[in-house]
Amino acid sequence: MKKAILALADGTVFEGRALGFAGETVGELVFNTSMTGYQEILTDPSYKGQIVTMTCPHIGNYGVNTTDVESRRIWAEGFVVKESSRKPSNWRAELGLSEYLMEAHVVGIEGLDTRALTRHLRDRGCQQAVISHVDLDPKRAVDKARTAPGIVGRDLAATVTCIEPYEWTEGSGAWPPDAAVSGAQSQPGRVGQRPYRVVVYDFGVKQNMLRRLVDVGCSVTVVPASTDAETVKTMHPDGVMFSNGPGDPEAVPYAAEALRQLIGWRPLLCICLGHQILGLALGLKTYKLTFGHHAGNHPVMDLRTRKVEITSQNHNFAVQLPAPFDPATPQATLDTKFGRVAVSHVSLNDGSIEGLACLDHPVLSLQYHPEASPGPHDSAYLFRQFAHMMETHHA
Amino acid sequence: MPKRTDIKSILLIGSGPIVIGQACEFDYSGTQACKALKEEGYRVVLINSNPATIMTDPELADRTYVEPITLDVVEQVIERERPDALLPTMGGQTALNTAIGLAKRGTLAKYGVQLIGASAEAIHKAEDREAFRQAMWKIGLNTPESAVARTLLDAERALDRIGFPAIVRPSFTLGGTGGNIAYNIEEFRRCVEWGLQASPVGEILIEQSVIGWKEFELEVMRDLKDNVVIVCPIENLDPMGVHTGDSITVAPAMTLTDKEYQLLRDAALRIIREIGVDTGGSNIQFGLHPETGEMVIIEMNPRVSRSSALASKATGFPIAKIAAKLAVGYTLDEITNDITRVTKAAFEPTIDYVVVKIPRFTFEKFPGADPTLTTQMKSVGEAMAIGRTFKEALQKAVRSMEIDRYGLVSLLGLDRGVPAGANGEELAAKVRDRLKIPHPDRLWHLADAMRLGLPTEELYQRTKIDPWFLEQIREIVRFEDRLRGEALTADLLREAKQLGFADERIGQLNGMDGKTLRERRTNPSVEAEAVRATYKRVDTCAAEFEAKTPYLYSTYERECEAAPTGRQKVMILGGGPNRIGQGIEFDYCCVHAAFALREEGIETIMVNCNPETVSTDYDTSDRLYFEPLTQEDVLNIIRVEQPLGVVVQFGGQTPLKLALPLEKAGVTILGTSPDAIDRAEDRERFRDLLEKLQLRQPASGIARSVEEAARVAAAITYPVMVRPSYVLGGRAMRIVYDEAGLMGYMTSAVTASPNHPVLIDKYLEDAIEVDVDALSDGRHVAVAGIMEHIEEAGVHSGDSACSLPPYTLGQSIVEEIRRQTTALAMELGVIGLMNAQFAVRDGKVFVLEVNPRGSRTVPFVSKAIGVPLAKLAMKVMMGKTLQELGFTATRPLDYVAVKEAVFPFMKFAGVDVLLGPEMRSTGEVMGVDGDFGWAFAKAQAGAGVALPQGGTVFLSVKDQDKRAAVDVARHLQRLHFRIEATSGTAAYLRDQGVDVQTVNKVNEGRPHIVDHIKNGEISLVINTVGSEASHADSASIRREALQKGLPYYTTMRGALAAALGIDASRRKALTIRSLQEYHARREC
Repeated sequence: MKKAILALADGTVFEGRALGFAGETVGELVFNTSMTGYQEILTDPSYKGQIVTMTCPHIGNYGVNTTDVESRRIWAEGFVVKESSRKPSNWRAELGLSEYLMEAHVVGIEGLDTRALTRHLRDRGCQQAVISHVDLDPKRAVDKARTAPGIVGRDLAATVTCIEPYEWTEGSGAWPPDAAVSGAQSQPGRVGQRPYRVVVYDFGVKQNMLRRLVDVGCSVTVVPASTDAETVKTMHPDGVMFSNGPGDPEAVPYAAEALRQLIGWRPLLCICLGHQILGLALGLKTYKLTFGHHAGNHPVMDLRTRKVEITSQNHNFAVQLPAPFDPATPQATLDTKFGRVAVSHVSLNDGSIEGLACLDHPVLSLQYHPEASPGPHDSAYLFRQFAHMMETHHA
Repeated sequence: MPKRTDIKSILLIGSGPIVIGQACEFDYSGTQACKALKEEGYRVVLINSNPATIMTDPELADRTYVEPITLDVVEQVIERERPDALLPTMGGQTALNTAIGLAKRGTLAKYGVQLIGASAEAIHKAEDREAFRQAMWKIGLNTPESAVARTLLDAERALDRIGFPAIVRPSFTLGGTGGNIAYNIEEFRRCVEWGLQASPVGEILIEQSVIGWKEFELEVMRDLKDNVVIVCPIENLDPMGVHTGDSITVAPAMTLTDKEYQLLRDAALRIIREIGVDTGGSNIQFGLHPETGEMVIIEMNPRVSRSSALASKATGFPIAKIAAKLAVGYTLDEITNDITRVTKAAFEPTIDYVVVKIPRFTFEKFPGADPTLTTQMKSVGEAMAIGRTFKEALQKAVRSMEIDRYGLVSLLGLDRGVPAGANGEELAAKVRDRLKIPHPDRLWHLADAMRLGLPTEELYQRTKIDPWFLEQIREIVRFEDRLRGEALTADLLREAKQLGFADERIGQLNGMDGKTLRERRTNPSVEAEAVRATYKRVDTCAAEFEAKTPYLYSTYERECEAAPTGRQKVMILGGGPNRIGQGIEFDYCCVHAAFALREEGIETIMVNCNPETVSTDYDTSDRLYFEPLTQEDVLNIIRVEQPLGVVVQFGGQTPLKLALPLEKAGVTILGTSPDAIDRAEDRERFRDLLEKLQLRQPASGIARSVEEAARVAAAITYPVMVRPSYVLGGRAMRIVYDEAGLMGYMTSAVTASPNHPVLIDKYLEDAIEVDVDALSDGRHVAVAGIMEHIEEAGVHSGDSACSLPPYTLGQSIVEEIRRQTTALAMELGVIGLMNAQFAVRDGKVFVLEVNPRGSRTVPFVSKAIGVPLAKLAMKVMMGKTLQELGFTATRPLDYVAVKEAVFPFMKFAGVDVLLGPEMRSTGEVMGVDGDFGWAFAKAQAGAGVALPQGGTVFLSVKDQDKRAAVDVARHLQRLHFRIEATSGTAAYLRDQGVDVQTVNKVNEGRPHIVDHIKNGEISLVINTVGSEASHADSASIRREALQKGLPYYTTMRGALAAALGIDASRRKALTIRSLQEYHARREC
């Protein structure tokens, strides 16, 4: 078994076995606590610039297939697991995890104490790290981790966005594909009669967001991150979505600028990075969380209904309110130059803001991932809400 | 939402005695519920007939009724206590059925009692197969093709649509009683008839077989605000076709993509909403076609279950406790996660380890029972293990079972490789044959198949076990080669330990002894080469938040999170998986030990591997190690924790057999010394002890060959009791009446050899057996309870009913027993509990055995006399005197407590129900009343036996019993029973002036007695048999009585007690009283 090392910028080094492509990689090391969905995670463009550690000890059990992807390729810079399955088993499996990583030139490591690593990251915070199969010298590896650029201030969206606009037409479809009765799926059904035209700003959009939009009756056009608002307006959409994406929202000031011009013009759906961009556009600040939220089990309370949704999460930055947010008086609103803003959703784990409501404009803005994939479908209804906003909004 | 203030008092129904399919998981859930509701300030009223439960400790509820769980009794409880609400979801199927029964007969409406947790409609929708199927159809979910039938004709009609193989299940039962698979019309008819009988409502469900589909379970929680979370997805290694209680199960689910898992999750949410379970936990089972992913819903339990106990232990999410809080109005977001103390219960646990549960079977106790695993549950217990990988958890679970297998040992002798000269083809054929049916040893058969080179694809086709699991098992098997062939370097050992290999197993493979290996591994000459266990925490969140509760499991990784404290601490060793002979009673004692130490301000460390128990609740002790109870695993923990001492007295044989090795390893054993334990267990030493005390013992001898056995038995004189020396719990123990019987036993049941001698004791016929529990501090002995067995000596004490105080023994005999018990305890130097068994015949007292440890009867005696014996024992072991504890003698009771055993015979077709020296009961109940007859009748009712109030009694007894039969017959005649008897018994009775009808024996032509029973003409069966040859003739009578649910007695003393019970219930109406009331009366 070939050895590999994982070296953290703070000097911590783990030894393990080589996994995937033989090489060396660097990125911000984060952990994800989802028990399923490693393929979706690997192909989520929001992981650009990051090495992902899975806390679930067995990864690769069900292999990979061509349908469970969130984009056209793997974006994670590296992959850290306790144990990758040598032989996958699932009727949809087409390839094993290791081969998949190999083909995508992704460097991984396995056979280390991922729980110790997770506890370390939890206590000390996420940091740059190096996985190497080729240079096992711990000191050099730590140095490389130290000198690597972090994700703060880097426009990673620009590296994952599409080059040209394109149309998206695929919905979630029947599931499972071969089942006689497909009643088991929880898909948001179509809303209204006409198709809503939605323009999606691609900062690294997950395909399931697009599928969910199609499911509720949208015709979707995806545009590059740098598209200006005027161009979008000429496309005559019924609504605009600001997608998820990797990295620091402050590094994409052009996106906040575009959003400012579109707010109030048409209903907006902002998810994850899109939500942070909304925050910046409203004049709020964003900050980096110690170790981020990367999970499929986080409870989020909708402060309007006081109901809890179990959500899929993947972000390192969050929106900050000028004064500490007090969940006891969630009705409190904030005056911005785009009118009143209230916190609509809050994390029950750490109290951080999970959704913002613009009380004077049609905006739906969520820090977490209502499209799930991977993760629970509790929040899929929000796509319907967005469709309703487009149905009732009169430009 | 805050908690409800419109209800003040809540009735909880327990699950009654431990039976297959309903074990101590319901004590765990009920105890959590009691505590949670009390904590919220509600008045809790509890009924449970099982005295061995923690929940029936009088401190846990405001009113505790140890009374039979029947509609009449519960109605009386309601009438006396006037609860505002009834929480029916904590006591298994028993509680659910009782609640539905009370709703149907109008009791709940009459007294204004509200069902909380689950409404009657929701329970009906989930439990009634047809209603459930329709509900699923409505929300677009499939269930297996099915039909409900109430007659054989209906069933055969439905078969046209369903086809073979078909599954036949009776409605409204637990543990899949009567659920069977039929492959042809003949089997089908048999299954239908059986199922119709087994169902309390005479209804069966016939289902399309989804045998071989992948099986999953989801534990779902819902609150009044409709927040729903999944606590844990569990995957069954054994695919559909094997009852989930008999399956090896794994958490989290291992072979599902996110898309597939979310499909199950979405379905689960819709199901709990459609069924309408308002609050609390439910368990939903799914089948998934392995090649298409097609999903079917198998069933839903609208209550906490064995699986929810498992899921709670597997994740650290206390389902029952939270369900209780949800039932009184809280929502998930208002409840704090105990483990992190900063997050909320509104989340889904995520785990960074693997949990494996393996069922434990006891087919060896039921000769003739078919060990094929089917949809009817047959296991009696389970062990759970936690590891960082499936392989580690699996191997830990295997050694947790205590079946003398420290890993996937070869059953074909292939541990050192395929032996030279062995015919590989022949062996492969053998193993293929064994893999045809699901069997308790399937895991081991698979490992052997792999050793013989059978490919995964073939093994999958034969077993339908997912190839992922098969490959994991193969990785374990493959690693054996390295352990056999390579030098045991630190690196290799570390890898082996990470794969879960036990030291003993590595030793087996490598030809080294486990102890030497352990020594070298943990204390090598070079410190860097030490391979030592580290401990990780179960934290509900995969380390995302800090775990405040020390709930630990071992692994062999870099970081150890044990963080032991510097406090004074004591380690309690639990009892491991439930089995016949060692069950909830021992867990009860361990839990009490923990409570006692907490009261004394000493830190408690619990070690156990049984997920059903209260002892493995992280709340019970300060620190919980969920670990196998082997020497290796226990020493590993001691190394980290360094406790003051270890308690081995309470967990039954499991910890007791570790006492000597632990002491040798330098560990302090608290209480009675291991030497004293040995002195009581070693036959020779024990004989010396009795001689010294001048106490009488039945004549006995040891035989190391067949010839010697014959000589010894002849010298002792028949009948004799024979047993192998190396087994426990009465295994393979038999009474033989003559040399022919002895020879039969010696040649078929045991192999006597110099290393495995056979023990032979004089069997005292018609002796009365007495059980005594006592407590000693070394200076003073307090005899806590003297119990007279109902059944005569020769019936295993665990299978015998008993009465506290004695109901026929004279005062002088009782005093003599007290004196002998005291002398034995003093001589042995007992510090803590001691149990002694005596036989009384012709006014003489014989000592049968002495166990210087907590016994099966400790909880029964504690509940009966109102003194927490195990707790006091623990305090005595910590140096308190009985004087200080205020317990030096028991005052006489002015009521009678009767314990009765409960048997699993219904689950094992073809097994004879006769009682004998081998224990076969799974649980017990207690009946308390001012009158012996009533106490006995209550105990019978608690055990599910309703004594008849009239009708015809059938009597057929062996010659020695004929005299006693006259008493019983006269008694019953006075109570206006008709008497029917077989010719010999009838003649004798008639001679004595009893009016009796003669009925044919089965071989005497028709109509015979079995016809009468089948036709419902008999209401009580009394049948005793002598020599083994006569057993077969009458077995069909007893079996038929069992099937018909008729009360039957196979001993004369049992029959007489039944007559007294019937008599009492004729004289006086049923009255009930709570334990608190009984105990208060004693105090004033």
